[in-house]
Amino acid sequence: MGSEALLFWVFGLVTVVASLLVIAQRNPVYSVLLLIASFAGLSGLYVLLDAPFTAVTQIVVYAGAILVLFLFVVMLLNAPHEDTEEDIARLKTINAATARLRSGPLLFGALLAIVFVVELLWALRRITSAGRFDPDAADAVSSVSAIGRVLFTEYQFAFEVTSVLIIVAMVGAVVLARREPAGKKS
Amino acid sequence: MNQAVVAEVVILVAVFHALLLSAAAMVWVERKVAAWLQQRHGPTLVGYAGLLQPFADIIKLIFKEELRPAAADKWLFYLAPAISAACSFAAFAVVPFGAETTFFGLLDEPVKLQVADVNVAVLVIFAIGSMSVYGIVLAGWASNSKYSLLGALRSSAQMISYELSYGMALASVLVMANSMSLTEIVNAQDGAWFGFIPRWFIFVNPIGALIFMTAGVAETNRAPFDFPEAEQELVAGYHTEYSSMSFALFFQAEYVNMVTVSAVTTDLFLGGWHGPLIPESFGWIWFLVKTGFLLFFYVWMRWTLPRYRYDQLMAFGWKVLLPLSVVNLLLTSAWVIYFGF
Repeated sequence: MGSEALLFWVFGLVTVVASLLVIAQRNPVYSVLLLIASFAGLSGLYVLLDAPFTAVTQIVVYAGAILVLFLFVVMLLNAPHEDTEEDIARLKTINAATARLRSGPLLFGALLAIVFVVELLWALRRITSAGRFDPDAADAVSSVSAIGRVLFTEYQFAFEVTSVLIIVAMVGAVVLARREPAGKKS
Repeated sequence: MNQAVVAEVVILVAVFHALLLSAAAMVWVERKVAAWLQQRHGPTLVGYAGLLQPFADIIKLIFKEELRPAAADKWLFYLAPAISAACSFAAFAVVPFGAETTFFGLLDEPVKLQVADVNVAVLVIFAIGSMSVYGIVLAGWASNSKYSLLGALRSSAQMISYELSYGMALASVLVMANSMSLTEIVNAQDGAWFGFIPRWFIFVNPIGALIFMTAGVAETNRAPFDFPEAEQELVAGYHTEYSSMSFALFFQAEYVNMVTVSAVTTDLFLGGWHGPLIPESFGWIWFLVKTGFLLFFYVWMRWTLPRYRYDQLMAFGWKVLLPLSVVNLLLTSAWVIYFGF
């Protein structure tokens, strides 16, 4: 096994195992950290694909900016570390009472999961039959200037629409978070 | 094994140890310069002029007892200093510190004086900088102490605010050099105007350089922006609960970060290893001189300027530095498009 294949397995395993552990944790801070680990593994995979720009952007955008904000929220909300025995017992009685109510959403969730898995398998089949890895093609897509050119010409509309979307979300967050000045009735 | 691989391994090991030593040296410089500015002597007892003082400190730190608060999160408490230290070393890997050299004909093929030549080096430094926040934030959270948590929260807010201006100042350099590789950025600053003004980016883009250095001070948590560890308010900030070697790791990470930011500033704005008088193959001497001056500047600033108030720091970052850096980026781009560089 070549060193590249070995690295692929290492990064792939880190990504998959860390992603699975994200949802297996009770402590949200651990979940966030494992999410970073899985992003780091993903960025390693991008490096193996000869796409250093994508790899570094992955770290800057996800692991850096978003997760710092995520940590903020997690810490300021002071989420509980772990459920005590008492909490679990109370949850069980609530669960029993609402089991009938929740069976609908549960079914819907299961359906979504099945659709997702089928879609994933279909996509994977298409990739293996579509063609082999072409280093020249990868180079053309991964260079910074090529990405920039395509982003601001061919995908200009999508780019601008995305930025409008983000601004709308930001304005919405500011409006929600803003307190009315004292003495003024809303 | 061929020569190039051996040379690369030697450079790797040498850079790692130089960084370790530079942290010790900076502790000594910091104390000596502080003493000089305050008309004291500073450390004098251990070694000549107190030169061995940092090593005495290290030995002391190694033999101290390792304490951990009972309510601390065991795993994250020890992970945090490791993240800080690892990030501080990792960033230097992509910084070139000299022209290609054969080491006086020792090698057949010239090698680059750099650990890893990455063509997106500037972004790598930026990414590792944003990862190093985690060391501080986790330290504050895992210690389960209010001073630590306040220090960590301040640090993350500060780093998020200043990272934007930092990135914008970087982008203005990328536009001028038309490359993301630090080696190419340095080579774009070769030569001189009228034979005596070096073509350094600091002369072309002084506002960008100023923004970059200011944001750099905030990123490394140094005075006058040392809020995460403001001792009059927060005991010692995020590392209040740390002792022995885990404290030493934070301490060392702070100094190594200073060295890295100074080295990057040298490459981006001060022409890297280019300079008069010294031949190209000895360019690393210029690099050391410039980085050393910037490091001295850091210490000088710490003992000259008082700490800002926290709301002033935030207002300055968002209302002054960020708009200024955006305008600077636009003007630089317009200049490059219409007049070329």
